[in-house]
Amino acid sequence: MRKEWPLWEVFVRSKNGLEHRHFGSLHAADAEMALENARDVYTRRNEGVSIWVVESKHITASNPADNGEMFEPAQSKVYRHPTFYNLPDEVKHM
Amino acid sequence: MSEKEIKNLEEIFEARIARDEKIEPKDWMPEKYRQTHIRQISQHAHSEIVGMLPEGNWITRAPSLRRKAALLAKVQDEAGHGLYLYAACETLGISREELYEQLHSGKAKYSSIFNYPTVTWADIGAIGWLVDGAAIINQVPLCNTSFGPYARAMVRVCKEESFHQRQGYEIMLTLCKGTPEQKAMAQDALNRWWWPSLMMFGPTDAESTHTEQSMKWKLKRKTNDELRQQFIDQTVPQAEILGITVPDPDLKWNEETGHYDFGEIDWEEFWQVVKGHGPCNKERMKARVGAWEEGEWVRDAAMAHAKKQQEKKVAKAS
Amino acid sequence: MEQQHLYNYILGIADNNLILGQRLGELCGHGPNLETDIALTNIALDLFGQVRSYYQYAAQILGEGATEDDVAFLRKEREYRNVLLVEQPNTHFGYVIGRQFLFDVFHYLFIEQLQHSNDETLSAIAKKAIKEVSYHKRFSGDWIKRLGDGTKESQAKMQEAIDALWPYTQELFEMNAFEKEALENQVGVNLPELKEAYDEQVGQVLQEATLKIPENPYFHKGGKEGIHTEHMGYLLSDLQYMQRTYPNMNW
Repeated sequence: MRKEWPLWEVFVRSKNGLEHRHFGSLHAADAEMALENARDVYTRRNEGVSIWVVESKHITASNPADNGEMFEPAQSKVYRHPTFYNLPDEVKHM
Repeated sequence: MSEKEIKNLEEIFEARIARDEKIEPKDWMPEKYRQTHIRQISQHAHSEIVGMLPEGNWITRAPSLRRKAALLAKVQDEAGHGLYLYAACETLGISREELYEQLHSGKAKYSSIFNYPTVTWADIGAIGWLVDGAAIINQVPLCNTSFGPYARAMVRVCKEESFHQRQGYEIMLTLCKGTPEQKAMAQDALNRWWWPSLMMFGPTDAESTHTEQSMKWKLKRKTNDELRQQFIDQTVPQAEILGITVPDPDLKWNEETGHYDFGEIDWEEFWQVVKGHGPCNKERMKARVGAWEEGEWVRDAAMAHAKKQQEKKVAKAS
Repeated sequence: MEQQHLYNYILGIADNNLILGQRLGELCGHGPNLETDIALTNIALDLFGQVRSYYQYAAQILGEGATEDDVAFLRKEREYRNVLLVEQPNTHFGYVIGRQFLFDVFHYLFIEQLQHSNDETLSAIAKKAIKEVSYHKRFSGDWIKRLGDGTKESQAKMQEAIDALWPYTQELFEMNAFEKEALENQVGVNLPELKEAYDEQVGQVLQEATLKIPENPYFHKGGKEGIHTEHMGYLLSDLQYMQRTYPNMNW
């Protein structure tokens, strides 16, 4: 039996108003320990005001092999971007 | 996959790296790339945690409360850096436990510098100044290496490490400004740590086996000899400020090259230590294996407890 | 309150932190895994941070250019006033956690009250320390539960540690002359009054951890008067090594 503590992903909000960002991973036996470890490993220098931890196995990731069908179709939808539209120079802010 | 298909993928892969694109864990990668990265990242991680031991040796004996707290924080950082690096390595599909097994069985290597003993307090200063100084030179280019998790770990490591070298240099400076006895202690530490620090950059370019491939994958940006020269050029003036002498009679400034010339490194000693016969190889491994084995019941207990709690939760819900 | 007595009262608080921090420092690099190693070192750093505040205050009372390091390093064994509990060795991880927990619960209750000291410096130190200590208590309490209610082996080991350490807990609540004087002057904390909450909190965690409070009614004391266990001399040899070997130097 593999007894190694499972891997967790750590997300930290560095200050209120900002989103939680992926900071890294660590091992912990349970969620409470994952939070405590994350606090000591990733916020020793005042890096955070809020922590999320999630066991790595619960993350579903897209497959890079599918990147073509997943992401490339978005590249051609240039009309979603403001620069697609022509405006006369006189219109300064829009 | 046919050989031709693999070759094709490899070409695309190398082209991506050449374009400075990052490789992420789930991307296709040549097996050799994976193995090389597991080897290098884990070796780096092992160096961090074995590196805790020579400095940890002085935590209980640090001469002031301020120094004690700084040293504790530094050794703790090294544990953190080991952790970041193991985590980066794990994204390549190997567990931390397996990596530990490689370390404990002697299969994996770590930086030889940590096989030297810390015999006086000045050694803590010398390690921070020289060993961390050399490490920074080795590490900064890795912030741009091709494998994303490694590069990100290195960014964090380099950011945190900026205080380590200063911490060491400040210890040396205090000793050199102190009594003659203290200054002699500093000189003695420089004498003992200078050459092993130069060896940290690895064998000369002529002897180095991995350099070309590592350059291509951006595991390396400069050769061992270039980095070593950079370290010497940067460190010698710092020794002059301290007023202590680098233990190399052949060391002198070369106006023509704009670098310091230096004497012959004792490569026999280098290989002896690499092969496991340095002054502290056995003690270091004994300490690591001991901590791991003595901790087993603790790790198992935490898992068993977590499982019980989980079962209680499930029972409650149903 | 007489200054020399206040000085001794401060030592009675701070020496606990110093000696416990020293014990945790021994462990750095040898923990059961990296995450736990890092966490325990954080606790040690908190304790040393508090120690420096206390000793700086104590040094100020001593005057004549005394420093925090003089207070920390240059006393004789009989002049250290820490309780015996904190000097107990890191026999195994169960002892580390047991010692930490049995101290943390007391430390929290103590610091909570010290915030109300009419000595402004002590009150300020306590107000800063309370958040740190509150975290320590949570951390060590969680680990008591993991080890107690973990495997059969861990339960036995944790119980062994609690049995060995429990006899040192009574001393936490006994008042020496300085502590009594500090209390009378509203500088200090009423220790016996903390006992009920202590027993309740410790009892609750131990129960959750499937551990028993030992029935042995015999307790050890002496630390507060400077009479220590045999472990203390060795601990001080390390702690004081540099200052004793190279007196009167800056580091």
